[in-house]
Amino acid sequence: MADRELMYREALREALFEEMELNDEVFIIGEGIAERGGSYKVTEGLLAKFGALRVRDTPISEASMIGVGVGAAIAHARPVVEILYIDFAMLGMDQIVNQAAKFRLMTGGEGRVPFVLRTQGGTGGGVAAQHSQSLEALFYHIPGLRVVMPSTPHDAKGLLKYALRQPDPVMFLEHKHLYMTKGMVPEGELIIEFGKADIKREGTDVTLIAWSNMVPRTLEAAEQLAGEGISAEVLDPRTLVPLDKDAILASVAKTNRVVIVQEAVRRGGVASDIASIIQQEAFYDLDAPVEIVAGMNTPIPFNLELEKASVPQTSDIVAAAKSVLHADKAA
Amino acid sequence: MAADNTRSNTPPKELLEKLFTTAFRIRTFESGGIKLYRQGLVRGYFHPSLGQEGIASGACAAIEDRDYIGSTHRGHGHCIARGAEIDGMVAELLQKRTGYCKGYGGSMHIADITKNNLGANGIVGAGTPLGVGAALANQVRGSDAVTITFTTDGATNNGTFLESLNLAAIWNLNFILIIENNQYAVSTTLEEATRDTDLYKRGEAIGVESHQIDGNDPLLVYETVLDAVKKCRSGLGPVLIEAKTYRHSGHHVNDPGKYMPEERLKYYMDRDPVDRARDNLIKLGKMSAEEVAKLEEEIQQEFDAAVEKAKAAGEISVEEFQDFVSAY
Repeated sequence: MADRELMYREALREALFEEMELNDEVFIIGEGIAERGGSYKVTEGLLAKFGALRVRDTPISEASMIGVGVGAAIAHARPVVEILYIDFAMLGMDQIVNQAAKFRLMTGGEGRVPFVLRTQGGTGGGVAAQHSQSLEALFYHIPGLRVVMPSTPHDAKGLLKYALRQPDPVMFLEHKHLYMTKGMVPEGELIIEFGKADIKREGTDVTLIAWSNMVPRTLEAAEQLAGEGISAEVLDPRTLVPLDKDAILASVAKTNRVVIVQEAVRRGGVASDIASIIQQEAFYDLDAPVEIVAGMNTPIPFNLELEKASVPQTSDIVAAAKSVLHADKAA
Repeated sequence: MAADNTRSNTPPKELLEKLFTTAFRIRTFESGGIKLYRQGLVRGYFHPSLGQEGIASGACAAIEDRDYIGSTHRGHGHCIARGAEIDGMVAELLQKRTGYCKGYGGSMHIADITKNNLGANGIVGAGTPLGVGAALANQVRGSDAVTITFTTDGATNNGTFLESLNLAAIWNLNFILIIENNQYAVSTTLEEATRDTDLYKRGEAIGVESHQIDGNDPLLVYETVLDAVKKCRSGLGPVLIEAKTYRHSGHHVNDPGKYMPEERLKYYMDRDPVDRARDNLIKLGKMSAEEVAKLEEEIQQEFDAAVEKAKAAGEISVEEFQDFVSAY
């Protein structure tokens, strides 16, 4: 199977196409996803190919749309619910937190919820406080959910295909800045199991851990660091739950220095949890305290300069990497 | 529309027997369960449906194995009416590994999911979208299976009530929503909670065929639901049924229900669904009082035996639990 260059949104669409072709129980609902093809064009062409029974628009009823997906999954189908913005998923938190995440345990392991909620988050050029959030920590906090955050077209395809074959509720969190990014993606079968991190760039001096839209930004930082003679390794966990602890610890053992980069606000974030895992399980591998580069503890403002100041920029990542290397003082 | 209560032909004895034994089995389970609770053998929350058994019994008698149900926090009756074994029910109350949820769920989350039961639910109103989801899944796979979701008058003031029923309506799903209108949300009266207490009108307002019936008449519930099932299977779903009823006691075992006016309680006690199912069986089904007493004795023995079995059963160990959730 040949690789070809696809956009992130095309890779997602290809995953949906392939899985819907393979399994009649896969169907998708969401706002404006059928005729219109979705606000980010991920579902374009699905209606024509698979028909109105399996590709359907919903009214603006997020709380119930999400619950409908959960119920369909309990009834052994493979629903995908597209929620336009992660901010809107807040309307369906009961169904995600109290229903989807708990059904398996509450039924003594007998019931499963193979439900995929696709949505997107992050800042995107002035869409302001209610359309810009990075809320993965809310889902990360809830036992029973899988939290997936692909950063490349390749990973987007492989992870979405896997999501549609595994048995648990998946929060599949895309990023509005990534839809138009391009990358090489194999044709046909590509399955990426959850809990397998990917080293996006090998390095020896410092480990930079990042996911979703922070990956391209961190790779940019690594490139700049290379220009200054610093070899940075960029590790993308790809799924936050399950988290590939082994890959993280192995990288830390190699570089002895870590920066964790997240777009989400610093307080109560996933980065803090990863830092606590590293300090607990790899304390003696560390030559410097774990550094976190994260969003400010603020709702995202509309003003573009202020929006930019709210979330990590390449220069922040470079500075943090240097600080754990004490390179700032050496220079 | 408000349904009338006349029927032209005599229902078959088998049906009348099923309606009675189901209602009596629920009553026996819950009355016995409350005793176990008082003895300290059952912990947590226990929401009895005593007085409401006619709805679960009537509705579940009208559907087939391939159909689905979804329940509420007051869910023992639905689970039993859907065919759950009393052994697994009692064992779950006693948090034993032989319980339907192996002691992970308890009274409030009890479900025999092998019977296409989407589960009881501790979040009022949350079961409605789940039921619409099951109905959607069945439509996508080309099945004519019907999903019945039991909900409550309290849940009709939750946003998902309208949202979900509307989704079922625009998609013509095989979905029957039964509001068990027991007239209280815990202790808040329906009159306090809404201006128009005829809840079925909410379905009519969005173009859904809607009925208001006496939920304490198991036979009427059966007939109304059977008609709704037929309509659904011929593409005329969904259907909303408001079944009016009343609890025999408070919201849960530790709520004495002092806010429930005596005269209203008496009114409904005089129209007790178990008594009516028994009367129907004797009068319409021509079963002798002795035969009925024998049925009752068998059901009581079934419960007593289930208690003994559950007491003797083991519990899930902490190690098994840790292993189960290790990938969470």
